[in-house]
Amino acid sequence: MIPAAFNYHRPDTIEGAVKLINEFGDEARVVAGGHSLIPMMKLRMTGLSHLVDLQGIGGLKGISVDGDTITIGAMTTQHELIVHKQLSSRAPIIAEAALQIADPQVRYVGTIGGNVANGDPGNDMPGLMQCLDAIYSLQGPSGQRSVPARTFYEAAYFTEREEDEILTSISFQATGGGYAYEKQKRKIGDYATAAAGVLIEKDGDKCSAASIALTNLADTPIYCEAAVAALVGTALDPGDVGAAVKAAVDASDPSEDNRGPIEFKKHIAGVVIRCAIERAIERA
Amino acid sequence: MEKMHLKMTVNGEEMETLAEPRELLIHVLRERLNITGPHIGCETSHCGACTIDMDGKSVKSCTVFAAQAGGADITTIEGLGNPDNLHVLQEMFKEHHGLQCGFCTPGMITRAYRLLQEIPDPTEEEVRFGMSGNLCRCTGYQNIVKAIMAAATEMNATKEAAQ
Ligand SMILES: Cc1cc2nc3c(=O)[nH]c(=O)nc-3n(C[C@H](O)[C@H](O)[C@H](O)COP(=O)(O)OP(=O)(O)OC[C@H]3O[C@@H](n4cnc5c(N)ncnc54)[C@H](O)[C@@H]3O)c2cc1C
Ligand code: FES
Ligand code: FES
Repeated sequence: MIPAAFNYHRPDTIEGAVKLINEFGDEARVVAGGHSLIPMMKLRMTGLSHLVDLQGIGGLKGISVDGDTITIGAMTTQHELIVHKQLSSRAPIIAEAALQIADPQVRYVGTIGGNVANGDPGNDMPGLMQCLDAIYSLQGPSGQRSVPARTFYEAAYFTEREEDEILTSISFQATGGGYAYEKQKRKIGDYATAAAGVLIEKDGDKCSAASIALTNLADTPIYCEAAVAALVGTALDPGDVGAAVKAAVDASDPSEDNRGPIEFKKHIAGVVIRCAIERAIERA
Repeated sequence: MEKMHLKMTVNGEEMETLAEPRELLIHVLRERLNITGPHIGCETSHCGACTIDMDGKSVKSCTVFAAQAGGADITTIEGLGNPDNLHVLQEMFKEHHGLQCGFCTPGMITRAYRLLQEIPDPTEEEVRFGMSGNLCRCTGYQNIVKAIMAAATEMNATKEAAQ
């Protein structure tokens, strides 16, 4: 399992990295934790001749909480997300989801930036970021811009990011209320057969705000607007939950693969979405 | 492709070698540095037999390019103990029959070492979850879990006695 040969670069600034990927164009790729990219390179499914390693760039690391705004550097690992106490108290859905990704070894090196930039429908963080309505910061040769997670994903492995842009950080608002990330997988270390992230806020007995997003149930993550509309303003009775589950399943568009046929995936989607909504309501 | 000059610390010793950037760390360790403790089970990031400790993290060395490890501080099973002076984890794997063929054992013990650094007094559940990146085709895991729990108890007792 030896990948094709490449030149290795380890710049120490974001500008330096952008310059390299701009100079080498589609022959260059950045590597973060490498735990999606290296397996693809071993299978020789990714042709590149310049690998730009982001590990030396201090400015891409770390988690900061400023009032209600949480900003996470792209090179922050899944392990770092899980053990960060302040993050777990202000947005507990992150650790709940991160703990369901891969296995301990992968979580020590896999980064949030790599997970959301990769564009693999199997990745868990893109759906989670749509649930949180996160904003991605991208930096390219002509400067910096922001793209909402909800409009970032175009198709499997195709995103809004230009080839010469680096995803530098992700930011979102701290969550109140209830939360849940529910994932069905065949075994530890497997990608989701179906997964759902849910946030629910209540004002008295009524649902005042909600968010629902799905993982691996289409070519891209799905933010379920109709399912959210089915919950907001209701008393979250079983009938309301049922209507939201149905709307979310209707929004899914899974394809058949070794995790099962479409009917099975839609069935599992219904189960995980219901579990996630019910757990979020319990915690709200 | 031109070779790179790589420097890393392995088991406390500064090591240097020439390697192509695309070489996997497990290959450089085993074939260039003669450190054959970490094994190659799957080479596809699934089994954990190649687990090493790199900058304080358990890492699958089949999923790291040698170039990425330039400057890293690495510990392999060889750095934890030796036949004359076994690490407590090695003692307990022996004592509790935590291995049969032994192929997965270097990865298991290297991972368990880091797990116990982070959670010195784990529950059985925490051991099972913390070891879930390492596969074993022989033991059924029962005795691996027992050995790690026993090592934790032993290490904590030694720590208390020293205080
Ligand atoms: C055994 C195994 C099981 C796994 N299971 C799961 C799972 O259940 N759920 C899950 O979500 N993931 C899973 N993964 C993937 C893992 O979480 C990856 O680490 C993650 O998807 C990518 O993060 P990375 O830092 O390793 O990125 P890399 O592999 O380094 O990069 C991935 C892609 O993103 C690009 N990229 C990386 N960083 C940036 C950046 N800052 N800006 C622009 N582009 C960038 C790279 O060029 C590359 O194309 C698994 C991996 C393995 C090996
Ligand atoms: S050889 Fe590295 S995980 Fe199996
Ligand atoms: S003892 Fe044989 S694989 Fe674990």
